[in-house]
Amino acid sequence: MIATLLSGVRNDILFTFLAMTFNKGGILGKTFSEKILGLKAGKEVQAGEVVTVSPDYILSHDNSAAIFEEFKKLGTRNVKCPQKLVIILDHVVPASSEQYALNHKIIREFVAEQKIQNFFDIFFGICHQVFSENGFALPGKLILGADSHTTSYGAFGAFAAGIGRSEVASLWATDEIWLRVPETLKIEIEGKLPSGVYAKDVILKIIGEEGADRANYRAVEFTGNAIKEFSLASRLVLANMAAEIGAKNGYFEPDEKVLQWLKERAREKFEVITSDPDAKFEAVLKYDISSLEPQVACPHTVDNIKPVSEVEGEEFHQAVIGTCTNGRFEDLEVAARVLKGKKIHPKVRVLVIPASRQEYLFALKKGILEILVSAGCVILNPGCGPCLGAHQGILAPGEVALSTANRNFRGRMGSRESKIFLASPATVAASSIEGKITDPRKFL
Amino acid sequence: MKKGRVWKYGDNVNTDVIFPGKYTYSVLEPEEMARHALEDLDPDFALNVKPGDIIIAGRNFGCGSSREQAATCLKYVGVQAVIARSFARIFFRNAINQGLPALQSEEAVDSIKDREEIEIDFSLGEIKAKKGVYKFSPFPESVLGILEEGGLIPYTKKKLETK
Ligand code: SF4
Repeated sequence: MIATLLSGVRNDILFTFLAMTFNKGGILGKTFSEKILGLKAGKEVQAGEVVTVSPDYILSHDNSAAIFEEFKKLGTRNVKCPQKLVIILDHVVPASSEQYALNHKIIREFVAEQKIQNFFDIFFGICHQVFSENGFALPGKLILGADSHTTSYGAFGAFAAGIGRSEVASLWATDEIWLRVPETLKIEIEGKLPSGVYAKDVILKIIGEEGADRANYRAVEFTGNAIKEFSLASRLVLANMAAEIGAKNGYFEPDEKVLQWLKERAREKFEVITSDPDAKFEAVLKYDISSLEPQVACPHTVDNIKPVSEVEGEEFHQAVIGTCTNGRFEDLEVAARVLKGKKIHPKVRVLVIPASRQEYLFALKKGILEILVSAGCVILNPGCGPCLGAHQGILAPGEVALSTANRNFRGRMGSRESKIFLASPATVAASSIEGKITDPRKFL
Repeated sequence: MKKGRVWKYGDNVNTDVIFPGKYTYSVLEPEEMARHALEDLDPDFALNVKPGDIIIAGRNFGCGSSREQAATCLKYVGVQAVIARSFARIFFRNAINQGLPALQSEEAVDSIKDREEIEIDFSLGEIKAKKGVYKFSPFPESVLGILEEGGLIPYTKKKLETK
């Protein structure tokens, strides 16, 4: 059964990919977002129009209990399309208090009652990683999630956007939502990444240049030669943080790497949808990354970006390597490369949180975790960890954190009198050795 | 139309300072959420705000998380409307879905002062202040319907009932 399903998927991939490459099908001059939302709305649409659509998947996490509360107010008993719901527990796992435990319990009961098949309990990992690994993040799918970093799935060519709780509750009941077709900003990234510089540095640089609201209400399409060289894990970093320039969705045109990755994972058939060559973009923003330095986001906004050379020497107390932005194998591996045979500075504590069980297991088998533990890191279970300040490493007043996460807003990881700097896993690992922010290139 | 006192803030007021992440799963009642409104931006706000008061802010109000409590806490602490140069998109949706008007007006943001008393006329699309009257762009039909019902949940409920 599974074999036929997969071979069916493979043929489909090949077919649609060829179709889209060689036959534009007559709809010319449209962006990816216009095409997919038009397809969903059953008519031709243009940026600026408001459409009513049904998504392919609806993501929620620990907030599913609160969404259920709203859902109950609607006076309907049943979720309209339970097969579309994907519920992943990740934000506070395992439950750190009675309150959180109750929250999880309510969700498990809801899942059983509504016969939700796509439920991932606390042992899987962060929603965005788990959602991707399990083949829901597919090209040409419309995915809406009650989480702002739902934009991540654009790395695989999906249209994926964050929405609020009431909207998810309403979607559960009606399977319908209004969306504005966004204008698209194209971000063209050229050049070769210098050694010691990573996707995280690229997106931090872009956020710093463009500002936190540059892409508000808009779609972002990442293109350029540099992108082709990026691993999927690296593309996910960009799509994930597209939310930090306000984007509704981020998008990468799926290439061979994506199709290859999906071969073993795709849940169902999909269609590759791409922007037409003559599509109208609101603007094209060009970046050459050939001489990019490692970048650091300084407190208290993600667009407060400085090159590492300007922040060097800044002392901190806690480092975090993980989150949906940078908790994958390639991130842990880079950290291990830096920390191999070294000890972290006695004044800092380093928390490592693999993004998912799969990534955890892979890092375990490859000996990466052994290196990190030997260096003095604390390995936490896959999940959001202290990223949103709920548990596992809350900051005290006056403390400073250096993290690979995507947000450094005041108070996010604990006290409002604490500070957060954001950087790449290499920068965080190197800085952990010195106990102050440092350029990772001297360790690589 | 009720007069409201203005609380004025700057650009990029994010969801973490409006409603801190640490409360997202522990503070569940809207009335209790209200007690934490703007806690990490202005601890005086929740203590002194009066029903009908209005928030005026700069660009990108509500950026950050998708957490709807950021809109809920403002609504339940009695904020009549938020006026800003621009809103982050998920916050904008959440505000409407909570029945909290989110209005865009550059002029109003430029000229209205902190603690000034102003009036909003939703039917005319006007903000009346000391120095003048400022227009805000009217809401599209779909959005207006939600606001009129007091939010998306009552709106959807009604829609399901009439089906
Ligand atoms: S890791 Fe952080 S940013 Fe990512 S989903 Fe969890 S809380 Fe959100």
